[in-house]
Amino acid sequence: MADPEIKSYEPYHESQSAAVTESRPVRIVAMAVAFAFLAIFLLLPLIVVFNEAFAKGASAYSEALANPDTRSAIRLTLLVAAISVPLNAVFGISAAWAIAKFEFRGKAFLTTLIDLPFSVSPVISGLVYVLLFGAQGLLGEWLKAHGIQILFAVPGIVLATVFVTFPFVARELIPLMQEQGNGDEEAALSLGASGWQTFRYVTLPNVKWGLLYGVLLCNARAMGEFGAVSVVSGHIRGLTNTMPLHVEILYNEYNAVGAFAVASLLAGLALVTLVLKTLLEMRYGAEIAATRGH
Amino acid sequence: MKRLLVGIAAFVGIVLASAQAWSADRLLNASYDVGRELFADINKAFIAEHPGVAVDQSHAGASAQARAVADGLGADVVTFNQVTDIDFLVKKGLVSADWQKDFPDNASPFYSLPSFLVRAGNPKHIKDWNDLVRDDVQVIFPNPKTSGNARYTYLAATAYAKEAFKGDDAKVKEFITKLFNNVPIFDTGGRAATTTFVQREIGDVLITFESETRGIRKEYGDDKFEQVTPSVSLLAEFPVAIVDKVADEHGSRDLAKTYLDFLYSPEGQDIAARNGLRVRDTAVAAKYKADFPDVRLLTVEEVFGGWDKVQKEHFAAGGLLDQAYGNR
Repeated sequence: MADPEIKSYEPYHESQSAAVTESRPVRIVAMAVAFAFLAIFLLLPLIVVFNEAFAKGASAYSEALANPDTRSAIRLTLLVAAISVPLNAVFGISAAWAIAKFEFRGKAFLTTLIDLPFSVSPVISGLVYVLLFGAQGLLGEWLKAHGIQILFAVPGIVLATVFVTFPFVARELIPLMQEQGNGDEEAALSLGASGWQTFRYVTLPNVKWGLLYGVLLCNARAMGEFGAVSVVSGHIRGLTNTMPLHVEILYNEYNAVGAFAVASLLAGLALVTLVLKTLLEMRYGAEIAATRGH
Repeated sequence: MKRLLVGIAAFVGIVLASAQAWSADRLLNASYDVGRELFADINKAFIAEHPGVAVDQSHAGASAQARAVADGLGADVVTFNQVTDIDFLVKKGLVSADWQKDFPDNASPFYSLPSFLVRAGNPKHIKDWNDLVRDDVQVIFPNPKTSGNARYTYLAATAYAKEAFKGDDAKVKEFITKLFNNVPIFDTGGRAATTTFVQREIGDVLITFESETRGIRKEYGDDKFEQVTPSVSLLAEFPVAIVDKVADEHGSRDLAKTYLDFLYSPEGQDIAARNGLRVRDTAVAAKYKADFPDVRLLTVEEVFGGWDKVQKEHFAAGGLLDQAYGNR
């Protein structure tokens, strides 16, 4: 079947000059490569995770998740996400609003700063907090004198997570807001709306899907962050272990079922994120497409 | 705006709450990477004897833990698997210089040694260190540049060679170079080397702490591997210390001392022996004699003249380790 079809597309070299319409074999090969790649690098590991998690049966799986240390790791991860995601949503909206709607000195600099966490290795981000808040750090003495523990406690983990997930919401919103321009806001203002009303009833509804999308990505990263959190966590069981850290520890203790059970939760989170993201893209594709610039 | 305020309020609340986490009847024990089972058992027994106290555990690589304690991880006690990591805390002023005198046996209630794990039936007939340099033997241990575990292996092999060749340095160097040449992969850590040996099935013999080989056999099957104890090896002390600065701040010194003393008690020693560590208590050691074959143990002090000297001569850049490693 395949052979005659390929032959019918004989003038293969000519069709190459028309950049948009690749010949069929090229498309098939490209698709096959993409799917094979996805299967090997995404699907297979996912199957392995769930396979290992249930290697000793469903009861071992639920037992592993009922472990108090695992429970507390899940709780901590949810807490950290619950604090850092809203913080970054507020920050992202204000930063995007300032950058997209106003002209001011240092705008380019602010944009660069927002991108910084993307370009810095997470381990370095964590180390920066150690250098700042650690006992030998810049603020270490002052914090100690006031009895405040930031490093190796929940605040440090939240700070590191906020830093790493900083750009997600802002990066989604900036191109979207820029594209939409100031027209709607100017109309609202000229009709007598206050600044806050304009923002609440005009700007926010315009970007809500992009915002949701950004929050989704932000949340996925906040729950999955390993590097930066590992540096500032202190690895205290039941107190400062997040889920990704707990996976590593369980694995290192030859507790494969426990490790992969927690990993399966993280994988589940990734899958939910993926599905929600796809749904958002399908329904509100045009709006979100504007954010695809980066 | 409201959300921002709520967020900030929540954050401040957590900062304040976490500041209260320490007290005189609560300990944080910063420990080495794979000691969880041991200290889970120890803590359970300890708390049963001392109701009302709590012991939190932090586990990571011992050197990383030492650094974290120096950076402010509020550990009242440290229980490591390397003396040098407590010496690091001494240099940082957190632990008193004569910590090894605070508790018996150089402040190490238990110890282990680099030992061999071979495949079932010992098909290559590996018995001792000199078998490891045979041409038909592949050896697995992690990279001594990055792994404390492998440094003990390197030192134990060197100690063996020093005896075997009666201190002929050229022959010792040749022996170590041959040994390194038999290692197909240098993983960065002990656990990764285990994976290479057990799961990827590379190599004929894995060298790691004797206490580790027990966990491997337990997890991957007693029938797949055999433990081989060489004729001579190096004493690997598992030292403990009170972190003076932290304990004084928390007012937990008494509890910290009681806790570390408990490790020397017959009950603590029994738990350690059940977890694959050799112990000091003679009665407990006799009870588990079958699990721990006789071996002559040399110390770093005897063979190398102390850790400082080892650091300078062997592990410093361009030192003996680099020379052997570079020749491969």
